[in-house]
Amino acid sequence: MTQSHSHKRDALARRFRTFIDPDFVIADEETMKPYECDGMSMFCEMPLLVVLPETVAQVQEVMRLCHREGIAVVARGAGTGLSAGAMPHADGIVLSLARFNRIVHIDPLARTARLQPGVRNLAISEETAQYGLYYGPDPSSQIACTIGGNVGNNSGGVHCLKYGLTVHNILSVEMITIEGERVVIGSDGLDSCGMDLLALITGSEGLLGVITEVKVKLLPKPEKAQVVMAGFDDIQNAGDAVGGIIAQGIIPGGLEMMDSYAIIAAEDFAHAGYPKEAAALLLCEVDGTAEEVQEHIEAAESLFRSFGATSIRTSKNENERALLWKGRKSAFPAVGRLSPDYYCMDGTIPRGQLAHVLLEMEKMSKEYQLRVANVFHAGDGNLHPLILFDANVPGEFERTEAFGGAILTLCVEVGGCITGEHGVGIEKIRYMTTQFGDLELAQFNAIKAAFDADGRLNPGKGVPTLRQCQEYRALERKPAKVEA
Amino acid sequence: MSDQTARLIEQVNAAIADGQKLNITGAGSKAFMGRETDTRHAAVLDLKDHTGVVNYQPVELVLTVRAGTPLDEIDAVLAEHNQMLSFEPPRYAAGATIGGTLACNQSGPGRPWTSSVRDQVLGIKLINGKAEHLRFGGQVMKNVAGYDASRLQAGAMGTLGAITEVSLKVLPRPAATTTLTQAMPLADAIPFMNQRAAQPKPLSGACWLDGSLYLRLSGAASAVDATAHQWQQQGAQVLDADSSARFWQQLRDHQLDFFAGDAPLWRFSVGPTEPNPDLSGPWLIDWAGAQRWYRGDEAMSDMERLATRAGGQVSQFRGGDRHGDVMHHQPAALRQLQQRLKHAFDPNALFNPGRLYSWM
Ligand SMILES: Cc1cc2nc3c(=O)[nH]c(=O)nc-3n(C[C@H](O)[C@H](O)[C@H](O)COP(=O)(O)OP(=O)(O)OC[C@H]3O[C@@H](n4cnc5c(N)ncnc54)[C@H](O)[C@@H]3O)c2cc1C
Repeated sequence: MTQSHSHKRDALARRFRTFIDPDFVIADEETMKPYECDGMSMFCEMPLLVVLPETVAQVQEVMRLCHREGIAVVARGAGTGLSAGAMPHADGIVLSLARFNRIVHIDPLARTARLQPGVRNLAISEETAQYGLYYGPDPSSQIACTIGGNVGNNSGGVHCLKYGLTVHNILSVEMITIEGERVVIGSDGLDSCGMDLLALITGSEGLLGVITEVKVKLLPKPEKAQVVMAGFDDIQNAGDAVGGIIAQGIIPGGLEMMDSYAIIAAEDFAHAGYPKEAAALLLCEVDGTAEEVQEHIEAAESLFRSFGATSIRTSKNENERALLWKGRKSAFPAVGRLSPDYYCMDGTIPRGQLAHVLLEMEKMSKEYQLRVANVFHAGDGNLHPLILFDANVPGEFERTEAFGGAILTLCVEVGGCITGEHGVGIEKIRYMTTQFGDLELAQFNAIKAAFDADGRLNPGKGVPTLRQCQEYRALERKPAKVEA
Repeated sequence: MSDQTARLIEQVNAAIADGQKLNITGAGSKAFMGRETDTRHAAVLDLKDHTGVVNYQPVELVLTVRAGTPLDEIDAVLAEHNQMLSFEPPRYAAGATIGGTLACNQSGPGRPWTSSVRDQVLGIKLINGKAEHLRFGGQVMKNVAGYDASRLQAGAMGTLGAITEVSLKVLPRPAATTTLTQAMPLADAIPFMNQRAAQPKPLSGACWLDGSLYLRLSGAASAVDATAHQWQQQGAQVLDADSSARFWQQLRDHQLDFFAGDAPLWRFSVGPTEPNPDLSGPWLIDWAGAQRWYRGDEAMSDMERLATRAGGQVSQFRGGDRHGDVMHHQPAALRQLQQRLKHAFDPNALFNPGRLYSWM
C-alpha cells in the first residue's frame, strides 16, 4: 500500500469515527481481510475501510459523506453472494449491514414481518413458525444469507416455482439513496401507484441504493409436505418427466434434478439413500392440504413410473423428507469435496432444452478438460453446473472461466439467460453483452444514472459501461483458446 | 395476427421529429383511468392491431404475445392446454389487451394467492422515447441479469414507452373451484378473511359485499371438497357453480351492481387487516382486505389521509373530476426518482404526458 493511500484511509476512518462507534470502523488490514471477497472467492479486493453502522441515521450520514467526497460504497449482507457482487472496491468503503439484525415486528394476522436487512433468511421462518407461518424463498445458503442480500440479488431457492422469488414475496423496502435520502418504496398494500420501483430495486445488486428495512409477506405453513425421489437411467427421461408433471397440472413445491456426478457426491456426503447408479435423480416435493398431497403424490409416482423411472421412493415422515432434501441442499459442499475448488454457474434455460444442454456440456467438459457436476432447479429451468478445478494449478481457473463462459453463451443461445438467481456482480459482467444488445445496456446505464449519476454505488458491478461493452465484444470475437 | 413493429417505430420517430406527444392505446378499455389532460386526445399510438402469439410452450409454462393481443384470445389459446393467466386480468370493456393490463397493473380477485400481472411478467419488448426497440427480461422463469425493466412498467401507464411484447408465466387451471358464502358485518369480515387466509387451505378469493362474505377455494378436488366441508360446518354455505363463476367474473370485470352508476369509484390498496374507514358511501372489500372499493363524492386529500393511515394508497379509479391528480401523491424523493426514470426512457416526454401524474 502506498503512503498516500494509508494516509487517506486513516483520515477517512477518523471522519467515520465521529458518528459511528469507533470499534465498528475497521481500517486495519487484518480485520478487513474477511471482507475482501464474498462467496465467489476467486475475486478479491481490499477496500479503503469497512464500516458497520447501527442506525438508519448513521447509514444516511455514511452515504452523504461518500456522496460528497466521491467515495464508492459497496453494501454487504452476509457476503455469501456467488457473483462477487459484494466484493469491495479499492477506492471505496464496504458498508456492512451486519448490525441491522433485528426482526422489528411480526404481524401474524396480516402475515407480514418487518425486518432489518441483516436478518438471516432462515431466522425469519424460525421466528414466525410459532404462528404457523414461514417466509417462502429459501436459498440453500439460508442459514447465513441476509434478507438485504436476498433483495439485492432477488434470490430464489428450491421452492420458487410455486412460491416465487424475493420480488414476489416482499411488500416494501426502506432505502437510503446515494444522497443520503430515506425513501420507502412499496406499502402495506399489494401494489402502489406509479412505476413499480420495488421490482426495479429488487435484484439491483446494491447499485441503486442501500436497503435498511424490508417488509416481507409470510405464508401459512402447509399442512403437509411429502417428497418423491425418482431415479432414471437416462437424463432425457428425467427431463421429460419434469414436463410431464407440469402438463398434468401439478405445480410441485420443489422440483430438483441432479446428474450422476452430483448424485454420487451428495450421497457420499449426506447418505440420503440416493441411487448412485442413476444417471439422473428427481426430487419432487408436493405440499398443501393432507388431501391434496395424497392426490398429487400418487399422481407423481405413477407419472414417474410411466416415464421410465428406475427407482422411486416417497418420504413417509418428516425425518425422511428432511433426509432426502439434505443431499440436495448440501450438493454444493458435497461436490466441493471432490475437488480443491469448484465454480458454480447459474444459467437458466427453457426446460425442453435440458438434454441438449447437458449433452453439449459433456462435450465441453472434454474439450476444456474439466469435470462438471449438475444441480438443477428443474421446475424453473435454472441450471447450476459446478465446474471442478484446482486454483493452484496455473491456468486452470482461466480455463474454468472460459468453460463457464461457454456454458452461459449456450444458455443464451437456447433461449435462456446468464443468471437465474446469483446475479451478475463482477463475475458475469462480461457476459451481459451476450444476453443484451448495446441499446438495452445503454438503457440500463440510464436507469442507474437516475439513481446514482456519479456511479458511486457498487461501481464496476452488474451492468457494464458502454466502454466495457466494446471491450467485451472484441473479446467475444476471439474466444479464449484452450491449451491441451 | 399481425406484427406492427415497423409502423410503431416509424410513428415514434415521426413524433420525435415533429415534437408531437403520443397517447398509447390498446383497445381503450381502460381509457377512464388516469388523468384527463389537454393532449390526451391528440396523436394516438395504437397497439390494438399489434397482435398474435409469438411463442407458447405449455410444458415450459411460458407464453409470449404481442402487446395488443386481447385477453380473450389469450385465454382461448391457453384453455386448449388447460392453462390460464393466473392473475385473472379484468376486462372493463371488450377487447382489453395484455399490454394495457400490464401498463395499468390490473389483476383480478385471486391476486393475493395466484399472483398479479406484475408477478407473472418474465420479459417485455418496449419502444422507448428514442424509438429504440428494446428487449428486457426473458422467456424463462428466472432471470436476474440487468435491472427489472419489465416489472417496472406495471403501473407506469405507458409513461416509459410502448410495450410491444410480453412474456408471461402461465399456470395450470385448478382442477376444482367452490365458493362459500356467509352473512357477516364488514367489521367482522375483515379479521375473519385474514384468519382464513392465514390457514393453509386452498383459498383463492376473499371478498365482502352487502353484508355477505364470499370465499373461493381452488385446487385439487380433494382439498377443495374437504375444506368446503369443514367450513360449511362452521356456518358457511356453498354457492352453486354457475352463480359462483358469475360472481367472480362480475367482480373481476366491475359488472356487479356495486360498480354501476356515476358516483366516483375509489380504490384503496392498504394493509389487509386495517379497520375500514367510516364513510357514508358503500364499500366492497376484495383481496382479503388488501383492495377496497368505495363509491362516493369525496376529496382526494381526505381519501389519501385515510389510505395512509391504513398503511397504503388510494386512487380515484373511475369517475369524478380527473383534471387534478387521481393517484396517491408521491413523496418528493420518489417523485424525483420517477421523473428521472421517465427522462431516462423518454427524454422528449413523448408518451402519455400527464396521464399518470400532473408532474409526469
Ligand atoms: C452454498 C451457497 C448456496 C447458495 N444457494 C443459493 C440459492 O439456492 N439461491 C440463491 O438465489 N442464491 C444462493 N446463493 C447465493 C447467495 O447466498 C444469495 O445471493 C444471497 O441472497 C446473498 O445474501 P448475502 O446476505 O450474503 O448478500 P451479499 O453477498 O452480502 O450481497 C449480495 C448483493 O446484494 C447487495 N446487498 C447486500 N445487502 C444490501 C443492502 N442492505 N442494500 C443494498 N444492497 C445490498 C450487495 O452489494 C451484493 O451486490 C448461495 C450461496 C452459497 C455460498
